[in-house]
Amino acid sequence: MASPESAVNGPTMTAGAASKSLRNAFGGVIAFIILVLIGVLAFSIRLFSVIKYESVIHEFDPYFNYRVTQFLSKNGIYDFWNWFDDRTWYPLGRVIGGTVYPGLTLTAGTIWKVVNSLNIPLSVETVCVFTAPIFSAFASWAAYLLTKEVKGPGAGLTAAALLAMVPSYISRSVAGSYDNEAVAIFALVFTFYLYIKTLNTGSLFYATLNALAYFYMVCSWGGYTFIINLIPMHVLLCIVTGRYSSRLYIAYAPLVVLGTLLASLVPVVGFNAVLTSEHFASFLVFIIIHVVALAYYIKGILSPKMFKVAVTLVVSVGLAVCCAVIAILIAVVASSPTKGWSGRSLTLLDPTYASKYIPIIASVSEHQPPTWPSYFMDINVLAFLVPAGIIACFMPLTDSSSFVILYIVTSVYFSGVMVRLMLVLAPAACILSGIALSEAFNVLTRSIKFQLPGIAGNPSIASEENGSSTVVAPNDIPKTEEAAKEKPAKKNRKKEKENVEKKPTPSKTEKRLLVLPLEASVIAVLLLVLLGAFYVVHCVWAAAEAYSAPSIVLTSHSNDGGLHVFDDFREAYSWLSHNTDVDDKVASWWDYGYQTTAMANRTVLVDNNTWNNTHIATVGTAMSSPEKQAWEIFHSLDVKYVLVVFGGVVGYPSDDINKFLWMVRIGGGVFPHIKEPDYLRDGQYRIDAQATPTMLNCLMYKLSYFRFVETDGKGFDRVRRTEIGKKHFKLTHFEEVFTTHHWMVRIYKLKPQRNRIRGKTKKSKSSRSVSSKRDVRGKRNPWH
Amino acid sequence: MGLGLGVMRTIEFLLLIIAILSAPVLSDLILSKVERRIDLTSQIARIASTIKAENDGSSSVSEILLSIPEVQAKNLAYLTAKLVEGKGKAKTSGVALAVEPANPKGMPPALSFYTMILPKPLANGDSVTLDVLAAFTHSLRPFPEKITQADIQLVVFQDTAHYLSPYPVKVQSLTLKLPDARIESYTKLENTKGLGSEIKYGPYENLPPFSYSPVAIHFEANQAFAVARELVREIEISHWGNVQVTEHYDIVHGGAMSKGEFSRLDYQSKPQIRGASAFKHLVAKLPPRAHSIYYRDAIGNISTSHVRGDSKKTEILIEPRYPLFGGWKTAFTIGYGLPLQDFVFESEGKRFLNFSFGSPMHDLVTDSITLKVVLPEGSKYLSVSTPFVVQQEEEIKMSHLDIFGRPVVVLKKANVVPEHNQFFQVYYQFNALAMLMEPFMLITGIFFLFVTCIIYVHVDLSISKSSASYLAKLQWDDVRATVQQIQNTVNQCLSTHEKLEASLRDLSRTGDVQACKAARKATDGLLKELSKELKPLISFLQSSPPAAHILPKVEELVAKERELQERLMAKHSTIVDSYEKKLGGRETENRVASVQQKIVALRQDIEDLMEYIDEI
Repeated sequence: MASPESAVNGPTMTAGAASKSLRNAFGGVIAFIILVLIGVLAFSIRLFSVIKYESVIHEFDPYFNYRVTQFLSKNGIYDFWNWFDDRTWYPLGRVIGGTVYPGLTLTAGTIWKVVNSLNIPLSVETVCVFTAPIFSAFASWAAYLLTKEVKGPGAGLTAAALLAMVPSYISRSVAGSYDNEAVAIFALVFTFYLYIKTLNTGSLFYATLNALAYFYMVCSWGGYTFIINLIPMHVLLCIVTGRYSSRLYIAYAPLVVLGTLLASLVPVVGFNAVLTSEHFASFLVFIIIHVVALAYYIKGILSPKMFKVAVTLVVSVGLAVCCAVIAILIAVVASSPTKGWSGRSLTLLDPTYASKYIPIIASVSEHQPPTWPSYFMDINVLAFLVPAGIIACFMPLTDSSSFVILYIVTSVYFSGVMVRLMLVLAPAACILSGIALSEAFNVLTRSIKFQLPGIAGNPSIASEENGSSTVVAPNDIPKTEEAAKEKPAKKNRKKEKENVEKKPTPSKTEKRLLVLPLEASVIAVLLLVLLGAFYVVHCVWAAAEAYSAPSIVLTSHSNDGGLHVFDDFREAYSWLSHNTDVDDKVASWWDYGYQTTAMANRTVLVDNNTWNNTHIATVGTAMSSPEKQAWEIFHSLDVKYVLVVFGGVVGYPSDDINKFLWMVRIGGGVFPHIKEPDYLRDGQYRIDAQATPTMLNCLMYKLSYFRFVETDGKGFDRVRRTEIGKKHFKLTHFEEVFTTHHWMVRIYKLKPQRNRIRGKTKKSKSSRSVSSKRDVRGKRNPWH
Repeated sequence: MGLGLGVMRTIEFLLLIIAILSAPVLSDLILSKVERRIDLTSQIARIASTIKAENDGSSSVSEILLSIPEVQAKNLAYLTAKLVEGKGKAKTSGVALAVEPANPKGMPPALSFYTMILPKPLANGDSVTLDVLAAFTHSLRPFPEKITQADIQLVVFQDTAHYLSPYPVKVQSLTLKLPDARIESYTKLENTKGLGSEIKYGPYENLPPFSYSPVAIHFEANQAFAVARELVREIEISHWGNVQVTEHYDIVHGGAMSKGEFSRLDYQSKPQIRGASAFKHLVAKLPPRAHSIYYRDAIGNISTSHVRGDSKKTEILIEPRYPLFGGWKTAFTIGYGLPLQDFVFESEGKRFLNFSFGSPMHDLVTDSITLKVVLPEGSKYLSVSTPFVVQQEEEIKMSHLDIFGRPVVVLKKANVVPEHNQFFQVYYQFNALAMLMEPFMLITGIFFLFVTCIIYVHVDLSISKSSASYLAKLQWDDVRATVQQIQNTVNQCLSTHEKLEASLRDLSRTGDVQACKAARKATDGLLKELSKELKPLISFLQSSPPAAHILPKVEELVAKERELQERLMAKHSTIVDSYEKKLGGRETENRVASVQQKIVALRQDIEDLMEYIDEI
């Protein structure tokens, strides 16, 4: 009579057991396929720029990297290390091999070499364009690995999918955005993964890999200091919270020793790896972990009483020694003006530092603090999921989850200081959101599973459907109750029996607590899916619309829906490269230095590697001086052409007039005769009728607005939305040699020095206005 | 201006004339009529002459000499001669004659000579009419040499009003066609007429050999002086159906050099006046069905181009990044694909490419052209036939997944004009099977990749076979295998239980007590056997240290299973018992209830345990 019941249970059990290994295999295959798809997604979402525009290098820094890669692929690695670039920072030059983070370049160079050795003729440019998307796919996989170590594969897959399309990372890694960060984020996440892996396994193999990954990170990006400070912080946290273990020691000590040795092999880091304050934390913690290790060891071999004696002895001696050492350290550090920190690091510690002391760092837009909308723009819904992820990490708190918490906390702070460090926040936000989402789905789907009548009779099917759930708890009581309500006709006898039988299963009560009402969980799942869908839509939009513009080509839609292309930058660079002498020097504001050297192949005075403030200040001074003084400065620097970017005709807002305040500020910082108040009216830089005479007579104004009034008769500047102040004027020391189609780039040539004719010089001097004469005396060319 | 130039140039020509006059008079040929028309409407000076030659001597003549001053000869790009047949209106130009450079003895050194070999020798008194076309590049000299943006471009062309020939000329005339009626100045001789944009010299009669009368025409020429300093055309044949053409241009404006400022304002507001000498775009006439056209340069795509196509041609209008003024340079690349069947043909077991030689650009002078025909990998027996003399080389190009490389025929020629756009042929042999080599290579590559993966997974790659960790791993593998076996056995037990239950169901259906008992006996035996099998496995686990942490679970599993067995047996016997005693269903159930409860609980436990062990 009881047989029907056992007929149900019997085959289920055997089948369940047999299919278990199969299911695991399936899970592995599905996870693998999902990972591959995530990689494809990460790669393809970044191709909008190629599809909408073209396969071209973007922005400014990527052009430099591209040029270095070209050099590397042409001349080989040894020439690359020894490369002294005389086409930039004229007349100083720049030691590229020793001042560049070579990771990205070497990576792309290697890819190019491998591909070409297989006789696949890809150009260096193509390889450079697609390096970033490829490494984004790698970064997603690394995020999977890291999150898997922390919270299991389900969270890993979610995190990887989130990272594959997080807008913040997309902004730096669309196809063509050939920048250090593209590779560095992968290196960062992968280093963290290997650290966690070592921490979880205690394997020296992974510890060594970790050091190598750290080395790659050091090669790639200055942001490696984040790793070498975050990991010690975590180690310290573990020690303080009493989580010291041999695994922790293995995870940390080899990293510091090997990592520092390897890091100092990179020319740009060199002895900085032991000398600068950025690395002090790691050494300090290195000492602490040894002391702790020793303490644990001694504790192990001594009796508790003896240990107490030893502790008092060691502590008293140790304190004295420590005080002495710390005093020396402080003295050494304090003796250097920046306290041993680089300017950018100091900006991170004290956000007001740069704006006070180093205008050149403050002038870079990506060094500004972000606004709230930019958080929403860059990490979108992740911002709301992160807190849930943090909570999920606290139950239970493990070594690895505490690391993730520390990572998010520090990166949130850093991203608040510099908008560019949003990039460091993005992986952390993805990992925590992945954890949050996966935990939420876990709870919700389990709740649904136990309450759905259709699946109730067959727990093995249910658990198969939810492969990622970590807790498979076939809790039968609610299940059977449901069955009783909804299917009264079915096997009455069995139901009754089970009611009786299943009560004595107390072990399941804990799991039952997590079960939510069916309706609530269904709605919650729907909402979460909706949230995810919103995220995907936002990311695709961001990738397609916001972050794909290569910035050297601008487009606008005309009223009839046609596409208008503004290709003025390349027009100008192309003109320079074909119609000027190879050795001519071109002066422009530093923003365009990299592009000029890469695209026009002309020597520039200053470029985006802002290593010499004085030199930049010289150019800034020239731009903000009257024509004659500017000519003298430029002439003394062998400059033949001056390039200015002017948006007034088409309304291109990031032109040189809008950047002019930095020229004045940086120039004035070094050459005090440039005074910012001279250019300001009511605290503003104005170019309209209210503008100061100094402003209207400075070179930048003149070069920008030369003959501008003749375009429309009024001289209406579409960027500043005003008529210009001084409309009709002539250039005395410069002549226009090229202006692009939309007037966005204007190139002027320095007029040759006039022959000296006796008597005539006097006349020309006297003909000059009195005020400008005074100017001449007051603002002497700093180079004479 | 024109006068000053004239004086300067005249001195140069005087020297020439002195040299010419000292030369001996040649053979008995007389040119009875020479008509010359010089077309100067483009930057290429095209001189078309109709020459009527008469043999006045006794011996037959088989070749006629053409003479060109050396100053012009170095600019000579193209020279052909055709025999004119018929008279009057029915004139048709017929056979092309072979024209070869010649070096007859005793001729003045300042002249270059070319001979036209007649198809049949000219007998005494016979006459023949020839059409000679010569094209000269760089023969329009800008004067003044430097102009500003606002200036118009003026050029000077020099030639002789009298036909320079080693033979005496009876009647001759010269017509110059200029692009525009605006003529600065021209040399005025007797019988000179200027008619709008045309200038006529002649007719002149009965002039001796080597008579020479320099003329200079100074006129406005604002047409595009586009000169490709270097052009590399690469034609790559793929037998998958595509001919890919890539052309790298290095263009310069060959007119008067631009000096002073370039003002975009002036150029934009009055392009016809303040930019007359500049050219903005070039037109290329590509073959029909050209596809995948691109236009770019070293720093990326150039967006200013337009493509128009019909069944006869594909026309592409390309604008360089900036307008080109005199002396300005630019460089770009255009590329397009063409259908294979339009250009590659097969005859007598050989394939051949039939393609035009010069640049598809309209009115472009090419100083130096390099034409590379990349044949598919595996092509053999290459041969080239061209309508004119070119320099020829062969090289190898490594491209997509090549092993041996693709044979490349390189053709080079200097001074190319649109007249050179004639078809040339490259013959080669190619086995269609060679096409499949690269796909096959890829397939093999991926196949071996998978094979390697399989081998890697299945082969033990440990370096040290005696290290502790390796041994531990081996042991652990053993343990896992054992655990797997135990699980299998337990599963077997469970399915045996199932049989027992099935027999109970049969009992309730058929009431066959004996069969049910037999089934119990059989299962009993089976279970005993299975538990016997389990024993050595458990003892192995007990003996191996790495299994220590799962041993308790496994033992628990086995114990539970045994208990389950017992319970089931008990239940079975109870039911059978009560059946024999003919007890009611309710009563049987009551008797079994407690056992049944236990059984279900045990089953649950076993399942949990199995799952737990699985996860290890």
